[in-house]
Amino acid sequence: MTIATTTELICFLVLSAVVVIGALGVVLLSNIVYSAFLLGGVFTAVAGLYLLLNASFVAMAQILVYVGAINVLILFAIMLVNKREDLKAIANLTTRRVVSAGVCAGLLALLVRVVVTTPWSLPGPAAVGEEATARIGEHLFTDYLLPFEVASVLLLMAMIGAIVLARRDVLATDVVTGEVADQGLIEKARTPLLMNRAD
Amino acid sequence: MVSPGLDLELSFSQALQGFGFSPEVARLLWLPLPMLLVLVAAVVGVLVSVWLERKISAAVQQRIGPEYAGALGVLQPLADGLKLLVKEDIIPARADSLLFTLGPVLVVVPVIISWLIIPFGQNLLISNVGVGIFLWIAFSSIQPIGLLMSGYASNNKYSLLGGLRAAAQSISYEIPLALAVLAIVMMTNSLSTVDIVGQQTGAGILSWNIWRQPVGFLIFWICALAECERLPFDLPEAEEELVAGYQTEYAGMKFALFYLAGYINLVLSAVLVSVLYLGGWGFPIPVEWLAGWLNQPIDAPVVQVITGTVGIVMTVLKAYLLVFVAILLRWTTPRVRIDQLLDLGWKFLLPLSLVNLLVTAALKLAFPVAFGG
Repeated sequence: MTIATTTELICFLVLSAVVVIGALGVVLLSNIVYSAFLLGGVFTAVAGLYLLLNASFVAMAQILVYVGAINVLILFAIMLVNKREDLKAIANLTTRRVVSAGVCAGLLALLVRVVVTTPWSLPGPAAVGEEATARIGEHLFTDYLLPFEVASVLLLMAMIGAIVLARRDVLATDVVTGEVADQGLIEKARTPLLMNRAD
Repeated sequence: MVSPGLDLELSFSQALQGFGFSPEVARLLWLPLPMLLVLVAAVVGVLVSVWLERKISAAVQQRIGPEYAGALGVLQPLADGLKLLVKEDIIPARADSLLFTLGPVLVVVPVIISWLIIPFGQNLLISNVGVGIFLWIAFSSIQPIGLLMSGYASNNKYSLLGGLRAAAQSISYEIPLALAVLAIVMMTNSLSTVDIVGQQTGAGILSWNIWRQPVGFLIFWICALAECERLPFDLPEAEEELVAGYQTEYAGMKFALFYLAGYINLVLSAVLVSVLYLGGWGFPIPVEWLAGWLNQPIDAPVVQVITGTVGIVMTVLKAYLLVFVAILLRWTTPRVRIDQLLDLGWKFLLPLSLVNLLVTAALKLAFPVAFGG
């Protein structure tokens, strides 16, 4: 075994361990802030796995989108509503845990079955390496153009929805309660506070 | 295309193979060398910029600044660093000690990793990875997690507010920054920093990207200052409002890590501005022309050593010119308010950078000669 393959194997084992243990931590830890930080760690480790597969562009996109944007937004949301209050006890917690553990175990069994029974062609196709960025661009604008555009329309819809929900004052009635919107929330023109000293 | 220039790795591994090492072992022995060198360069760069900051701020305020530690006070940053090293490392009693320790580390590590892609010459960089400048954009987006972590773990309302502000600011300015870089990448047809500089070396100072991307240059510079949390964008640590933001509870070496990360980031951003817009290692008059006028073959070893040296000097010179501008800005401009900051980012820089991108694409189609066909 050469030095390169040994290093690769060690990296793979470490990254896989981080992904599995981190993901278990995300689900099992009771402190939601820890879960969110661990989620960032899991995303980063997955990016490392992409790097091992010679997909450096995908790895960087993974870090930028999942760690830099999604995870930061999750943390942001958690910390903005950070009240440190004890959650209300949920009825039948043990039953729920057993049921969800059963569902997860079933999913795991299904995945293992798929991995074992699929005839994988080894070794896989040769890695494109540094050309990958150009290839991804070509694919996005030829054969994957429709999914790409549909995804962008979906994101636009989500953005408009978020703006409408955040700025309820533009609507006459509140979207959630159906009552007349709080007119006090309407954005006021910016008037300097200390201009009219005489008043 | 530029000449291959110095290739230290090749010479090093050939020398080691001459001693009977296998190519793999030679590569393994080579790997830590450029990393150590760049780490040392980054730390020295920080010491220099701290000294510059102290001296220039003193000059701006008509003081003398440090003058007893070494000639002109050049050893002052070293003394500062030593003082921080021997200070007591305090973790507040009600703080989350694990996250409290991990926060500063998460802030420093991505910045140092980003030095991977900084080219000082055709072959004078740690790794010419294909994703190049994208690596820096991706890794600089990790930093706000570290800031949020230390803000949360400090168990202090000022820290939490500072961390939240840092994250909001970082998210808002990342997008125009990436779009400005994208315009350059479109002109270069490559993400690699070496290719980006190589595309600017044709006619010396005239072929630098700043002439073709003046708007992009301004957007990038403003966003880089915001990402470094320098005045006028230092809201996360606005001392009059938030004590010191996310670093309020930190002392000793952990505080030094934040300090270090801030200055490494500043130097890194300045180097990247020079790489993206000011021709990187390029001399204002192409070195190839100079060598031609002096009737020297460009491949001669002496000429190559001189070219490499000129490259390093030019990169550092351009970067420090920009650091000087950043320091001058810090000590002459007032801080913006948080709503002004977000307005500037989302309502002005974002549309402007989108227009810049579209115009660049149109110009690239219309004048492929000048805008990289």
